[in-house]
Amino acid sequence: MTIERQIVKDQLLRYYHQMVLIREFEGESYRQYMQKNIRGFLHAYSGQEAVGVGIIGELENQDYVVSHYRDHGHAIAKGVNVNSVMAELFGKSTGTSRGKGGSMHLFDVGKRFMGGYAIVAGQIPIAVGLSLAAKEIDKEAIVVCFLGDGAMQEGEFHESMNLSSIWKLPLLFVIENNLYGMGADVAQTLAIHDEIYKFANGYKMASDKVDGMDLFEVRAAAQKAIGLVRSGEGPYLLEAQTYRFRGHSISDPANYRPEIEVSYWMSRDPIEMLKTRLIKEDMVSQEDLDAIHKLVESEIVEAVNFAEKSPFPSADELYQNVVSGSGE
Amino acid sequence: MPEMNYREAMNRALREALDENETAYIMGEDIGPYGGTYAVTRGLYDEYGPSRIKDAPLSESVIVGAGIGSAIVGMKPIIEIMTINFSLLAMDQIVNHAAKLRYMSAGQIEIPLIIRMVTGGGAQLGATHSQNFEGWFASVPGLTVVAPATPYDALGLFRASRDTRDPVIFVEHALLYSLRGDVPEEHYMVPIGRADVKKSGKDVTIVSHSRMVHVAMGAAQELEQIGISVEIVDLRSLRPLDMDTVIKSVEKTHNAIVLEETWKTGGFGGEIASQIVELGFNFLDSPVMRIGGEDVPAPYTHVLEGLAFPDIGRVVKGVRSLLDR
Ligand SMILES: Cc1ncc(C[n+]2csc(CCOP(=O)(O)OP(=O)(O)O)c2C)c(N)n1
Ligand SMILES: [Mg+2]
Repeated sequence: MTIERQIVKDQLLRYYHQMVLIREFEGESYRQYMQKNIRGFLHAYSGQEAVGVGIIGELENQDYVVSHYRDHGHAIAKGVNVNSVMAELFGKSTGTSRGKGGSMHLFDVGKRFMGGYAIVAGQIPIAVGLSLAAKEIDKEAIVVCFLGDGAMQEGEFHESMNLSSIWKLPLLFVIENNLYGMGADVAQTLAIHDEIYKFANGYKMASDKVDGMDLFEVRAAAQKAIGLVRSGEGPYLLEAQTYRFRGHSISDPANYRPEIEVSYWMSRDPIEMLKTRLIKEDMVSQEDLDAIHKLVESEIVEAVNFAEKSPFPSADELYQNVVSGSGE
Repeated sequence: MPEMNYREAMNRALREALDENETAYIMGEDIGPYGGTYAVTRGLYDEYGPSRIKDAPLSESVIVGAGIGSAIVGMKPIIEIMTINFSLLAMDQIVNHAAKLRYMSAGQIEIPLIIRMVTGGGAQLGATHSQNFEGWFASVPGLTVVAPATPYDALGLFRASRDTRDPVIFVEHALLYSLRGDVPEEHYMVPIGRADVKKSGKDVTIVSHSRMVHVAMGAAQELEQIGISVEIVDLRSLRPLDMDTVIKSVEKTHNAIVLEETWKTGGFGGEIASQIVELGFNFLDSPVMRIGGEDVPAPYTHVLEGLAFPDIGRVVKGVRSLLDR
């Protein structure tokens, strides 16, 4: 195998690893929820892995990622430690927010993962501000803001589109169009629902759509979009067409979705699609993939062990970090 | 008397509104095929169809604003804001518009609008999904703020809200939906602005609303064991505020505790406590005590969330220290 080929192979296996890790992490988090080790809201990213992994994979370390409440995948793809994410879900003091944030509010500023936000569209204006600073004082970084089709219905999205466009901010809006808000079909809730990336036209913003189930397509679209944003052309909107394999949250049986639609999208499982292509084009061997599944299995066991063994925060932490120095 | 839970009482209340007036409609997020996040509107979409049950985009501001506009010219909108936390995105429409138009137009404009919202914490939903803003709304002239604690009051107060010719903020507590209680078959109404003595007693008055009424009840039961008799006043509406009932109770017990779920600093309980002092100072044997939430955003982890909100133990402790018993 040539060196070039080896590099490509390693990279593809890294992508595959991340996608499987996210999938298995969430499978395990659902099991832990049933055992009441995790409570409150839990929104799975399953089915959408190729989007987060594909886009974030094209970023540099200094670039910022902003997410919403469906944030496990984005966080893990940005390199946030899986043990700390699991511990956060368990509400433990070793979690990313010392157990005070929970599943919807993962943060790792060191990794430039700027957070999960749970008020729909609330993250978008903040991403605008990050990109303003990226342009004016950082000059190296760009910002990627993930949002859902539902978030496009809020005024904050439109205000952010307009402002970032006129100020030519280095901001990539990634819309994960999974066809539903909570239970509402986008066909009933968005004026343009079949090609929602065209909303960008009204803001004179470059945009495109991509098959969000195909990692290769996502990567290609991300390279183009990120290249433009980095070159100072201003913001860009990328619509990734995807689907969530589970309900909106763990408490949603999702029976508002037609079975035929669900099975169509399940047949386009991004992990399966990647696997098939990697094998078919002889880029990796079945043994390579098996090794990854084994590795992920042990990573998940370790994450759960870590979370279980970690202590809960102490009572005085209740008052810490309300404002600077509080509770000390 | 037949029993039903708080959710069923609200569902019945909504049906009555739709049946009585054909310009009545419900508008909100995920109230269509999804059935509503707290399942209050379950079944209505199939029964009444999409024009009566308007499944709206995620757009709180225009949902409320459109409710206001259509109410002005004769429709009877019932708006559902999924949770009170999201009402912040509609705050401008509620506070700057709904609450002011009658006054600014010298009565030319009338807004018979009900805005339902789900309040409260205690389900580990984290800092942005565990808040109680009903007290904020209650400080705004032009709004009516109602917060039932039982299925009976929920239905009765909703009926009264429909007769109100001004915007009503109708606050339901997320953790009360499964609470069961008696609800008569025959028609009744619970007037807005009339507090209710949920339990009579003689040693101390606890003034509260919504879920905290039940926390007070739990505390009263425990205190009964050690011979302390608690009277519980459920305000039922924060605006208008029925201080007569509160003062009458304090006149009897000579001790008052104001209990609320939200942050103590700036909480509406401060308003009630100061009115007790203004109106009933001479009846008091002890300073008015306030029990409220800790001044922190709600933490996710249960070990901390449990400390952030008032509970039975804290109320028992408060009563005992106030009475020194
Ligand atoms: C302002 C606001 N309104 C409503 C909600 C309740 N809510 C949470 S997620 C969601 C659906 C959002 O859909 P979308 O943006 O498409 O993201 P997805 O969940 O599909 O990833 C809703 C309605 C909220 N959290 N914030
Ligand atoms: Mg969506």
